[in-house]
Amino acid sequence: MNQTSRIQDMERWLWPILATVVFLLLWHFAVLWSGTRIFPSPREVEVGLSQLAQRGVLYRDIIDSLRRVAIGYFAAVGLGIPLGLLLGWYPAADQTVNPVIQILRPISPIAWIPVAILFFGVGDDAAIFLVFLGAFFPIVITCVDAVSNVPLIYRRAGSNFGLTAPQVLARVVFPAALPQILVGLRIALGIGWLVVVAGEMIAVNSGLGYLIIDSRNSGKRYDLVVGAMLLIGIIGLALDAIFRRLESIKPVRWGFRHES
Amino acid sequence: MTSVLAGSSAAGAVPSAATPIKLRVENLGISFQRDGVLMPVLGDINLEVRDGEFVCLLGPSGCGKSTLLNAMAGFLQPTSGQVLVDGEAVRGPDPRRIFVFQERGVFPWLTVAGNIGFGLGKLSREERAKRVQHYVQMVGLEGFESSYPHELSGGMKQRVEVARALAVNPDVMFLDEPFGALDSITRMIMRGELLQIWQAERKTILFVTHDIDEAVQLADRVVVLSARPGRIQRIVNVDLPHPRDISSARYLELRDGILAEVGLAHRI
Repeated sequence: MNQTSRIQDMERWLWPILATVVFLLLWHFAVLWSGTRIFPSPREVEVGLSQLAQRGVLYRDIIDSLRRVAIGYFAAVGLGIPLGLLLGWYPAADQTVNPVIQILRPISPIAWIPVAILFFGVGDDAAIFLVFLGAFFPIVITCVDAVSNVPLIYRRAGSNFGLTAPQVLARVVFPAALPQILVGLRIALGIGWLVVVAGEMIAVNSGLGYLIIDSRNSGKRYDLVVGAMLLIGIIGLALDAIFRRLESIKPVRWGFRHES
Repeated sequence: MTSVLAGSSAAGAVPSAATPIKLRVENLGISFQRDGVLMPVLGDINLEVRDGEFVCLLGPSGCGKSTLLNAMAGFLQPTSGQVLVDGEAVRGPDPRRIFVFQERGVFPWLTVAGNIGFGLGKLSREERAKRVQHYVQMVGLEGFESSYPHELSGGMKQRVEVARALAVNPDVMFLDEPFGALDSITRMIMRGELLQIWQAERKTILFVTHDIDEAVQLADRVVVLSARPGRIQRIVNVDLPHPRDISSARYLELRDGILAEVGLAHRI
């Protein structure tokens, strides 16, 4: 490795770290100079979170949130991908179902909270259902889109080699559509993580969303409110980063722009 | 690979009148609906192609030569008339007749070996590996078996697609401007390689091109199509032995004849 590339490598980390430090400093001094007694400084947030962590509460809340997202999200993946592939494969079916999907899709999962509680009661299932709803529609819609974007020549090549229609779907259309489907899955995971926080504020008694609302209600602990918010951001970023790694595996890499 | 030699005479010889008809196009017409109006694309095409023959379909862009090829391959139902292969009407695509697209037809999610073995699902694992290796060698891609198409050049991708077609041992190959997207040097090399493969395997080849030189270099017969709606304007026998001397008097004469046929003078 030569000198310039080492500097470039360092710069990739240096500037983001510097920006974060500047942000924390601005926050710190803003709290100091404004003289606020309610909004916490970064240091207070850190102290509050580490107290929670020592009592094991924080860990449990994180796990609960992740678990709800995982169940709701994988249910959405498991139902959304087959449905999306099918609707993409049979345009007539898509045209039939499309109006219903297009009406349901713009309804924020938060608007579903009362209905979710009506269906599932106050508890885990309601929150999981909200995550499912948030993730399901983007997955179905990107799948339909991805399938209809598969070039005709791939499908023709598949049937030319004697494949039956289900084989063409499995061996040609699905792998051809996979990069675009992955984009939809990534967006859906982000939405699921957004929605679980909202769901936990109302429907359950644990998780990061509950931590926020509970910290505010029981003694205006804004250090914990802000701490939970930051954790949500960091975990969301981590989930996205893990998902991005999938984009570089070989059978889908062709569908993404990689500078190498 | 003995079966592919069946029915062929000595390698390199032009099929004679005694060779059976492989593919017959009868009174074929194709029209497309456009804005509610029926637009004729091809009209009254009659053509006979002998077993093992190399036929080029030549014409200006938009003349319907690709449409004709797609109809022969069974991807398009003709509006009138029919296509017969071995005396049987074509009803759809069939692994015995493989269509080769420009290199865009290679599957980007499969490796070179995965692509070439794509049509060999019915074979055992070892049988498939052997067949794949054979065709990897034939198209000169040793060492690239586990590469993905996006890591290859255009010419290499085209080789993958030709190998994928050859691997299922088809009787007929349809090539739709297969070298159109390649640079001129690669294109020349690929023509030579295709001729070698054709002479070794004796497939019946139908090759669409808009390049007159390409047609005269490759084909036993060149079918010249007129502008839309496409009709067969003339069929030119290329009576040159392979390897062809592309500066010989006869070559130039044939080329100029076709140039005149499509309405171009051989001066720019």
